[in-house]
Amino acid sequence: MDQGLRELYQEIILDHSRHPRHFGAIADANHVAEGHNPLCGDKVKIYLSVDANDRIKDVSFEGRGCAISVASASLMTEMLKGRSVAEAEELMGGFLLLVKGDDAQTLEEDDRERLEVMAGVSAFPMRVKCATLAWHAMKAALDGKGNTRTE
Amino acid sequence: MRQDTSYDVASLRRDFPILAREVHGRPLVYLDNAASAQKPKHVLETMNTFATSEYANVHRGVHYLSGAATERYEEARVRVQRFLNAAHSDEIIFTRGGTEAINLVSYAYLAPLIQPGDEIVLSIMEHHSNIVPWHFLRERQGAVLKWVEVSDLGELDPADVARAIGPKTKLVAISHMSNVLGTKTPLQEIVRLAHARDVPVLADGCQGAVHGVVDVQALGVDFYAITGHKLYGPTGIGVLYAKRKHLKSMRPFQGGGEMIREVTKANVTYADAPMRFEAGTPPIIEAVGLAAALDYIDDVGRERIDAHEQALAGIAAKRLKEMNGVRIIGEARDKGPIISFEAIGIHAHDLATILDREGVAVRGGHHCAQPLMERFNVSGTARASFALYNTQAEVDALIAAVHEARKVFG
Repeated sequence: MDQGLRELYQEIILDHSRHPRHFGAIADANHVAEGHNPLCGDKVKIYLSVDANDRIKDVSFEGRGCAISVASASLMTEMLKGRSVAEAEELMGGFLLLVKGDDAQTLEEDDRERLEVMAGVSAFPMRVKCATLAWHAMKAALDGKGNTRTE
Repeated sequence: MRQDTSYDVASLRRDFPILAREVHGRPLVYLDNAASAQKPKHVLETMNTFATSEYANVHRGVHYLSGAATERYEEARVRVQRFLNAAHSDEIIFTRGGTEAINLVSYAYLAPLIQPGDEIVLSIMEHHSNIVPWHFLRERQGAVLKWVEVSDLGELDPADVARAIGPKTKLVAISHMSNVLGTKTPLQEIVRLAHARDVPVLADGCQGAVHGVVDVQALGVDFYAITGHKLYGPTGIGVLYAKRKHLKSMRPFQGGGEMIREVTKANVTYADAPMRFEAGTPPIIEAVGLAAALDYIDDVGRERIDAHEQALAGIAAKRLKEMNGVRIIGEARDKGPIISFEAIGIHAHDLATILDREGVAVRGGHHCAQPLMERFNVSGTARASFALYNTQAEVDALIAAVHEARKVFG
């Protein structure tokens, strides 16, 4: 198999896409937004429950999409729980660098290691939007924007 | 299907320089022809020669080149007339593409006729370009869209079209060939049933005109839209065929130069069709290129191209169906060489990405036909579509690449 493909469709990505974590709505979400990629029809809805101290108590997603977008959303929910809103935004900033081929030195070592499974997408410029859809929706939810699009 | 042994595909491929290139280190296997076809040297060289030796604006100057260019442009119109077997060359209106051709009908013909509650009949398998212009009339003038369903095989029953036609129906807008399912619609019969109720028919021929012979007079259609780039011609050029009897009542589309008879400070009068609908400098080089593309197609032979493509698509469909976990969407008995399929558990975009790395270019997604995706309950499909230059070896490459995708996804 092509090396680029091997890096894109790593086992951990396939696992997240087949068995997405935190999938489904959460009842006490106070920040919700939908991400939509009109080019491919992919949709993802992000639910966040943020407490009075700006900490993410709970996070989940639902929607449909390709392996990359589902795995990215799933991985994101795993990593956001317990973080502050500011930390979530920093994490997103680093993730956006990673998927564009930057080594994202701004990220904490641990975070970079976990997110690096998505870095293979940087060799597939047509697919970067798939990886970033859930993250943009998460940001839109935190900003109270309701929905967002990537195309 | 019996192979045409005189059909020399290797020699035809040499007419298309791009087919010799590699993608990701693999030979290009171009199966995205329903999105756009590659261009033969004959088209590119004709456009180049025209631009370097005979080009000027048309219908304007009195100088030599203006006359020469006008002649070539009008010859292109006659060439399209012959290709579609239209009765008159003034029934051929050049547009920027198929989308603009349909929008022209919507704006110039239908919009002035629409009262709130009037109906437009269309099928669930239309391309967005044959949906959204009618949504405009729904949003702006209260038109009602009446959708005709297709069967699980993707077939359209003309009786269902007839049932959808009511006293308030102002137009039937239907694809001649689905860009997703490949279904050929029974257009002649639909026209007969619609005309019996005094309802005109617009056919989206963007795919239909590419595969097989189109005769607009035999079909009886009122409007027929085609696009140049799917016919091995350039982008930026399309055609609306409109029956002469409608042309007189159609209001002008865009306003500008070339579409007028006289402009004063107080008034304006309009040129006759087709000029009335061709405001501004038209796509002149592209029209000449389109004519060259039609020459190329007819030199190879439309029946022979059709037989070649049908044979390839037949083999590809059979082999895809033999694979575990692959489902073909659209198995109409009468269909063109367009195959939509899904590999269960693999999203169309993942599939298209993996195929691409094997050099195989297919389309993955909703194909600008979201109502149809909803009908078949899929978010998207992969689509392999065949052209005159595709080969059996390329079918093998497609099948091998789908196997590869199955391996990646376990």
